[in-house]
Amino acid sequence: MPKTLKSVKVGETVLVKKLNGEGPLKRRIMDMGITKGVSLTIKKVAPLGDPIEVTVRGYELTIRRDDAELIEVE
Amino acid sequence: MIKIALAGNPNSGKTTIFNNLTGSSQYVGNWPGVTVEKKEGTYKKDITIVDLPGAYSLSPYTLEEVVARDYLINDPPGAIINIVDATNIERNLYLTTQLMEIGIPIIIALNMYDIVNKNGDKIDVKKLENSLGVKVFATSALKGQGLKEAVNKAVDVSKKPGAPIAKIFPEKINGAIKQISALIKGHVPNKLNYWYAVKFFERDQNALSTIKLPNNIIEEIEPIIQKIETEMDDTSESLITFERYEYIEGIVKQSVVKNNNSTTSEKIDLVLTNRFLALPIFALIMWFVYFISVSSIGAMATDWANEELFGNIIGGNISKFFISANVSPVLHSLVVDGLIGGVGSVLGFVPQIMILFFLLSILEDCGYMARVAFIMDRVFRKFGLSGKSFIPMLISSGCGVPGIMASRTIESEKDRRMTIILTTFIPCGAKLPIIALIASSMFRGSSLVAPSMYFLGIGAVVLSGLILKKTKAFQGNESPFVMELPQYHAPSIKNILNHTWERGKSFIIKAGTVIFIACGFIWFLSNFNFSLELVPPTESILSTIGTIIAPIFMPLGFGEWQPAVASLTGLLAKENVVSTLSIFYGLGESASADAGLIAAISSNFNIISAVSFMSFNLLCAPCVAAIAAVKREMGTWRWTFIAVGYQTLFAYCISFLINNLGGVIFLSAPITVMTYIALFMLGGIVWLTARKDSYLDKKYRYKYTM
Repeated sequence: MPKTLKSVKVGETVLVKKLNGEGPLKRRIMDMGITKGVSLTIKKVAPLGDPIEVTVRGYELTIRRDDAELIEVE
Repeated sequence: MIKIALAGNPNSGKTTIFNNLTGSSQYVGNWPGVTVEKKEGTYKKDITIVDLPGAYSLSPYTLEEVVARDYLINDPPGAIINIVDATNIERNLYLTTQLMEIGIPIIIALNMYDIVNKNGDKIDVKKLENSLGVKVFATSALKGQGLKEAVNKAVDVSKKPGAPIAKIFPEKINGAIKQISALIKGHVPNKLNYWYAVKFFERDQNALSTIKLPNNIIEEIEPIIQKIETEMDDTSESLITFERYEYIEGIVKQSVVKNNNSTTSEKIDLVLTNRFLALPIFALIMWFVYFISVSSIGAMATDWANEELFGNIIGGNISKFFISANVSPVLHSLVVDGLIGGVGSVLGFVPQIMILFFLLSILEDCGYMARVAFIMDRVFRKFGLSGKSFIPMLISSGCGVPGIMASRTIESEKDRRMTIILTTFIPCGAKLPIIALIASSMFRGSSLVAPSMYFLGIGAVVLSGLILKKTKAFQGNESPFVMELPQYHAPSIKNILNHTWERGKSFIIKAGTVIFIACGFIWFLSNFNFSLELVPPTESILSTIGTIIAPIFMPLGFGEWQPAVASLTGLLAKENVVSTLSIFYGLGESASADAGLIAAISSNFNIISAVSFMSFNLLCAPCVAAIAAVKREMGTWRWTFIAVGYQTLFAYCISFLINNLGGVIFLSAPITVMTYIALFMLGGIVWLTARKDSYLDKKYRYKYTM
């Protein structure tokens, strides 16, 4: 199984390989700057374990773990 | 007359710029169709500034983005000032690349430029200007720098043709767009030809739903797209987004120098969203907001407004004047008891609500609210909601009307509808007098009653969330939650006051219009009989209506006409419940729980029926003003009826359970057929809550509609 953003640990920096899924969610994820080749740093996890906070293109974005699963990384 | 639109990402400082440019000459209106607030103001004679809702992209996702996009496409302004947050330039320029394609002259205000310098970063404005081919002004909204120059330039360019189309896409894609552009010529507005060509290439259904192309053209377009998709091995939509960001990266590399210091924001977040500290700090902040606005300062101000301002100063003086001027007692009663008494009891909450809004605006303006959504998301999604639902519910504890309005920022329609339905379960300020009355007449003023009722409200939200998310209308599991955590910044007093006032105003307007009329109407119904003769309230039209509907409330334990009428007048404004009871127990107008009313309640209710009565009135359909807000936000009467119907049915069931099971358990009432019905009902609710979510299907997870 390919590695996705969901399984990345806090503090790690990864590169986006591919975006799965379709429809408005995928579109929004891309609109917010998560595109192929961009680097993501996992900043933290919310107190209750979900969602996660990532740094992308110099700003902070929060995304749920289940949605992060759509983002393949390396 | 020139119209200049301010467009930009959320949190880019648009509103501050707008306020700065237009001063106090702004007004808030509604967009046609959907009802999201638009702001329009005059800068100088003949120059109108339009503040568009924040948008990340012209492929809309939130209601606000739909509004911004529709405005720019359907009712193009003379020029756009694109506000770009200089501290977050990469993502902000993404919208810019789209704005440059819609054929409207555009200039860029590079906002928060001062902060960039403070962070030790550098942006070469000239280089940026050259690469984009658009005029760029460094501005600081908070300090008011660079704004005049930007507007003047915008006025200049508005007389010229639209922005030049930047060379964003590689040759292959460009070729495809050109082919499409030629095919759709004549079928789309000329100015928007390029934009639509890109949209067709992306297969953006949202944007294309309004364009009717002949079938043969559609058939010609599809292979053009597919060819590129095969060649470049990605979907056309991904390609476009990817290339836009590639283009921006190129520009940013040339013109921006970043040093990688950790920002103040990051340092603040180390504490505020810390895994262990976040929840306690959040609880503390909420307690503080509540303490200031509802119990300490707010309560003092509201008491003063109720008793002094509307009771003695306004009511008392008008009374004196009427008596001295020999005004007829009927008119006297209408004005003082009906109108001033009624409207006053609502306006009395204005100080509390203003303080609450003031504090919430600070939290919102400084960036903490987004963190709240981040912290609370996990809790809320369990009930089919998102972290963003927390804010409407919090505001609803002050007043449901702005609470319902605050649901606008929730992207998913499903979540938004659900939030609107559930948010008024939280007791609002106007319901507090009901709680106070029952607490003092049945529980010797126990301070546990009010918190219990908040828990009842929260319980109702949770239970209803669990029930509703399994229904067909709310099928399809949770909606996605992709949200920016904006940088913290010191709140601007001007913004906060503006915000507070705008929200408070809607409450005051409600009191001034709906409730004013309603109070006059109730006064009439409760002072006249059907032959239009002036009679004591106990013989009035209202008491007759009460007698007719009272049997409905029999199973809930308050089947007498007085509480029935009180519940009915509560629909006009929840404060009416207490004053109506007071009038109809023959005690005269009384907005608060005085000794006579307490005695009347104690002799007409038992502990269980009183709790049942209170719960019903807290949970059932909200007041007309809130129902009107529901209608505005839901957009359709159908959903408005669903919301109000569900709330009332739910309230009825809960009160039924309280009365029939509570009676048996606490008052050793005999077990009757009602007890069995109640048990059956309880079983039904448990089943609805616990049943398997038959619509929960991975396949449908992301196929929700806007």
